[in-house]
Amino acid sequence: MIEVRWHGRGGQGAVTSVELLALTAIGEGKYAQGFPSFGPERRGAPVAAFNRIDDHHIKVRSQIYNPDVVVVLDESLIGMVNVADGLKPEGVLIVNTAKTAKEIAEITKFKGKIATVDGSSIAWKELGVPITNTTMLGAVIKCTNAVKIESVKDPVDHRFGRIANKNMAAMKRAYDEVKFN
Amino acid sequence: MSKRIGMEIAMAAAEAVALCRPDVIAAYPITPNTHIPEHLADIVADGDLDCEYIAVESEHSALSACTGASAAGARVFTATSSQGLLYMYEIVPVVPSMRLPVIMCLGNRAISGPINIWNDHSDYMCVRDLGWISMFASNGQETIDMCIQAFKIGEHADVMLPVLVNLDGFQLTHVVEAMMMPDQEEVDKFLPPRKPFAALHPDNVVSMGTLGLPDIYNEAKKANDEALINSKKVILEIWKEWETMFGRKYEPIMSYKANDADVLMLTMGSMGETAQVAIDELRKEGFKAGLLDLKLYRPFPADELKKAVKGCKNLIVIDRAVMSGGAAAPVCAEVKSVLYDEPDRPVITNDIIGLGGRDVRVEDFIKIFKKAAKAKPERAYEIYGVRG
Repeated sequence: MIEVRWHGRGGQGAVTSVELLALTAIGEGKYAQGFPSFGPERRGAPVAAFNRIDDHHIKVRSQIYNPDVVVVLDESLIGMVNVADGLKPEGVLIVNTAKTAKEIAEITKFKGKIATVDGSSIAWKELGVPITNTTMLGAVIKCTNAVKIESVKDPVDHRFGRIANKNMAAMKRAYDEVKFN
Repeated sequence: MSKRIGMEIAMAAAEAVALCRPDVIAAYPITPNTHIPEHLADIVADGDLDCEYIAVESEHSALSACTGASAAGARVFTATSSQGLLYMYEIVPVVPSMRLPVIMCLGNRAISGPINIWNDHSDYMCVRDLGWISMFASNGQETIDMCIQAFKIGEHADVMLPVLVNLDGFQLTHVVEAMMMPDQEEVDKFLPPRKPFAALHPDNVVSMGTLGLPDIYNEAKKANDEALINSKKVILEIWKEWETMFGRKYEPIMSYKANDADVLMLTMGSMGETAQVAIDELRKEGFKAGLLDLKLYRPFPADELKKAVKGCKNLIVIDRAVMSGGAAAPVCAEVKSVLYDEPDRPVITNDIIGLGGRDVRVEDFIKIFKKAAKAKPERAYEIYGVRG
């Protein structure tokens, strides 16, 4: 089972990300959960959202405390929220940043694998808005191989309609451009 | 043919309800059940369901409208949570008294105060004794299945009672997961149109919901109580039919690794499957642990419980609500009452967890299990994990 914890701010679409990843995995015949950190939605406030993906029915319904993957949609959360909290040493920390993995390692003190991609620049260029949820999904797919990038198309089409192609383009760029330490 | 879907559970509940072809839906949105009536409103507005959707101004009106529509012979549905249920409280006992099969989804949420929008079972516990058949779903699939079963059970000529389908707020309502959704043909085959025993109509005048004077009130109460108790026979039949048609088994108490267990844990709602993982861990450590998962709370499955606990030494009842000042938490009080006359009843302990959205983890069940398996309880019940 792969467990993913997403960190973002209210309005940045972390919940949409977990929904898309869960629907993609389910579309591939796998089992998945996607859920928000339950509570009132406040724009700009730090939020978390969660995914579990497995080959069989998932029974656990608690939040995720020891994720295999942590995704940070908003770099300004680092230092404010302990994003690497509970992240498995062999896990991966994926950050939307123009900084290098080395710099992120110094700030977060996470000693494991770190992946970085300038998701905000990609989103500005491809979507015209600084909303990085679909963009960062590309990086997550590259780093985890949890699902195939082609499989995201159906859920993205369904969710975004006429702007689906732009979201797919942003996602593919992040998929190609993400760098590891 | 049923189709495998990925969807938020609240929306899947709405789609399952739509497949049942309700004639009237009246609801007022309240977190965390909101997505159920919201999605149904979309389905009706899109023209995919021929149904009168009444956007009422309160929950009191929602259930009143459902009561009236059901009395007129319609198939009706509503959904609510927490304070919304309390706001409709006045009408809740009227519905079973009038023997009307209103179907309601309750997205379980803590009641105020302190004000809290998260999950526990305290809203349901306010209405448990008011005459509604009550089921608890553990996951998305059970939510879909119970929504469809509820109409057939409630509308059955030998039942004619309202049915509450409980699904834990957020823990179920807001989770996207994989489920099997029956198709329209299958649901039509399973669920025939409602045939009301009597219906309000200007051409065929009847009186419903009349005054019960002291000379009849006792008898009315007895008749209502018997109807609810007797509904279990029909529930079991309909669950059997469901199993034959869809291959998914339902029992009032589902058991997991319980046959040879020395220590059993009993849960209700979305905790059930998380607790199964704890049972697996405990088995690996050598404990003879097992789980009972209560699916049917009303009518309470007393005979099934007596049978299920035979041979076990300890029974740990997990509650998700406090019965303030009571002898135990609600589920445990019921369990103790049922087992009192049993000669070989187990030692019963009672832990309350997951109040107001406090996360319930596998390790919590393991800790509770190890504590209870060791010694006799010192206290009647304990709210687990309270900080000192």
